[in-house]
Amino acid sequence: MAARAVTAPIIEVRNLSKSYRLGAIGATTLKDEMSRLWQRLRFGRSGSDDDESTDDEFWALRDVSFDVRPGEVVGIIGRNGAGKSTLLKILSRITQQTSGTVTLRGRVASLLEVGTGFHPDLTGRENVFLNGAILGMTRAEIRSKFDEIVAFAEVERFIDTPVKRYSSGMYVRLAFAVAAHLEPEILIVDEVLAVGDAEFQQKCLGKMGGIASREGRTVIFVSHNTAAVEALCHRAVLLEKGVVSASGDSASVLAEYVKGMSNYARDLLETGGARHIRTFNIYNVKDESPASFAIGDDIVFETELFSEERVNHPSYGIFIHSPKGERLVGLHTDVQQNSQWILEGAKRLRIIWRNVPLNVGSYRIDLALWDYSSELETLVGARTLNIHAADVYGSGVLPDPAYMGSIIPDATWSMTQ
Amino acid sequence: MSHSPDAPYELILRANASWFDLSLKNLWQYRDLLMLLVRRDFVAKYKQTILGPLWFVLQPLLMTLVFTVIFGQVAGLPTDGLPPMLFYLCGQLGWNYFAQTLTTTSGTLATNAGLFSKVYFPRLVVPLSVSVSNLFTLVIQIGTFAVFFLYLRYAVGMRGFGLDWHVVFLPFLVIHTALLSLGLGLVLSALTAKYRDLTHVMPILVQVWMYASPVIYPLSKIPADWRWLARLNPMTPVIESYRLMLLGAGTVTIADIAASVAIMVLFMIAGLLLFTRTEKTFVDIV
Repeated sequence: MAARAVTAPIIEVRNLSKSYRLGAIGATTLKDEMSRLWQRLRFGRSGSDDDESTDDEFWALRDVSFDVRPGEVVGIIGRNGAGKSTLLKILSRITQQTSGTVTLRGRVASLLEVGTGFHPDLTGRENVFLNGAILGMTRAEIRSKFDEIVAFAEVERFIDTPVKRYSSGMYVRLAFAVAAHLEPEILIVDEVLAVGDAEFQQKCLGKMGGIASREGRTVIFVSHNTAAVEALCHRAVLLEKGVVSASGDSASVLAEYVKGMSNYARDLLETGGARHIRTFNIYNVKDESPASFAIGDDIVFETELFSEERVNHPSYGIFIHSPKGERLVGLHTDVQQNSQWILEGAKRLRIIWRNVPLNVGSYRIDLALWDYSSELETLVGARTLNIHAADVYGSGVLPDPAYMGSIIPDATWSMTQ
Repeated sequence: MSHSPDAPYELILRANASWFDLSLKNLWQYRDLLMLLVRRDFVAKYKQTILGPLWFVLQPLLMTLVFTVIFGQVAGLPTDGLPPMLFYLCGQLGWNYFAQTLTTTSGTLATNAGLFSKVYFPRLVVPLSVSVSNLFTLVIQIGTFAVFFLYLRYAVGMRGFGLDWHVVFLPFLVIHTALLSLGLGLVLSALTAKYRDLTHVMPILVQVWMYASPVIYPLSKIPADWRWLARLNPMTPVIESYRLMLLGAGTVTIADIAASVAIMVLFMIAGLLLFTRTEKTFVDIV
């Protein structure tokens, strides 16, 4: 590799593996340990290292290798349990790997949570200093940035008030402001951006983007938020069951990620293996399932939900995404219906969407079932909705999606002198 | 870009890097954090209390009152000819520091699991901050002791006690107590992270240990045949030394002190070894 001579990687991850002993998760008690010892003695198994390769073992990461060059912003994506947080914890020195090495050629600050170490009884000012020091800043560094931090958080008036009197928004803003003013060479960020109001999130995303592009800092960003990864990251690494399954420019890795999620979701729907979303079908008004629909057609989505336990506040959504992955349309029980219902056993849900205003293309459909604020099941890319051309305006001109966009407005021109 | 590609900074993370991995340089870089944690401890302790920092003075005084009534009046334990008030106050100087530091540091890993699973900094900063913050408490208590000492001596005119020239060694005695409690605290902290049962044992251990130490009775009261047993306890010469230095009455030999120091060194070595080993992966088991 010729590039290596120019810039050495700032992070080198080589054959990184981490195993957890399933039996060792959760604090042990002396009693457990004694009974384990007893078992060992009784069955004559030695207490040596080869004891570790039992079925209890779970590999959170296996042979993970990748490089990050100075100034790059790299996204780590993957489903829950793919090993993202384990990787994050090893890079941040919170835990140690089982084998493999990590070389870090710069100071690291990691942000796995905002407001780590905030004490409710201390004032905003005191917490800024404490939190800054926990994140690795010296007192002098914090002092020099103090005014900037307070201004960024917009809490000037309350800076000498104990943070337990803060609103949750103020608390989060102050906590993030401290973190945003860290100046390490390598910044590792977890999904902490999913906090605060939308405006503040934008500000944080902007700050992060700014950190990377202006100051040439290296950022590792772990997220489910595919839009954020796409917007911020030059490159992405996709983890699947502890293994790197794709790595490269973020657009193609994200496409791979969605494809994987989609295959998984389709599999579940075909085999009826999903826990709650048993079937999902797309019909026209004549109850047929054509391969594609015309612009302006009426479309019926039919879902069969199931839950063994009673779900008291269910909400179910069908989300339509553009070929690029942007969310275009949401059909949601809380929005179009907004009345109390419950889910117990099986339930069939139908929604009719009239005069579909989508332009020609293939659209990704995600399905999600929630119970109030907890996610019960999400199927990303459960189906594809194909739309073909129709002369909806009777003008004889077909709108080119590349030029006219994805939405076909129900509109007519009139002209006067 | 602000980087130079061959930046001198390089950190290699390996699996089980080395058996003993204590970086004093790394610890020194976090000295500001240590002082801020000390401050947090101090402030958090008295916030939302009416009497505030006055509790640092009141708490040993109330204990002294209890000791005077129960052990002095009811049980009639002797006090080496010293005024009971000063005897108990002095006994608590060394003991309270030791007991508080031991209790808090032994829970370091277990109670800070939430913090430690979110951010890296040398874990040793936390138990060290406890040792330092308890030093402030000790200074306040020495101050309280001094007030009573001067009052009884000059206002009331009591005789039979006074500073001994050994008092010049007081700073060493304080450092010794600090390291003794820190070392054992680190050992217990590593064990508590794995075996939560120990959190239930700790209060009992500390309580029993106090009665096994000459806090409420003088060592001179222990029959000569049994004194060797009392001397196995590294806190015995500490408490007796406080009395010798500050009140001029205590039973301490060089051999007792040497034994106590040897145990301290042993605790520190074992503590640092166990703690630095456990801190690396303990977040996996909490």
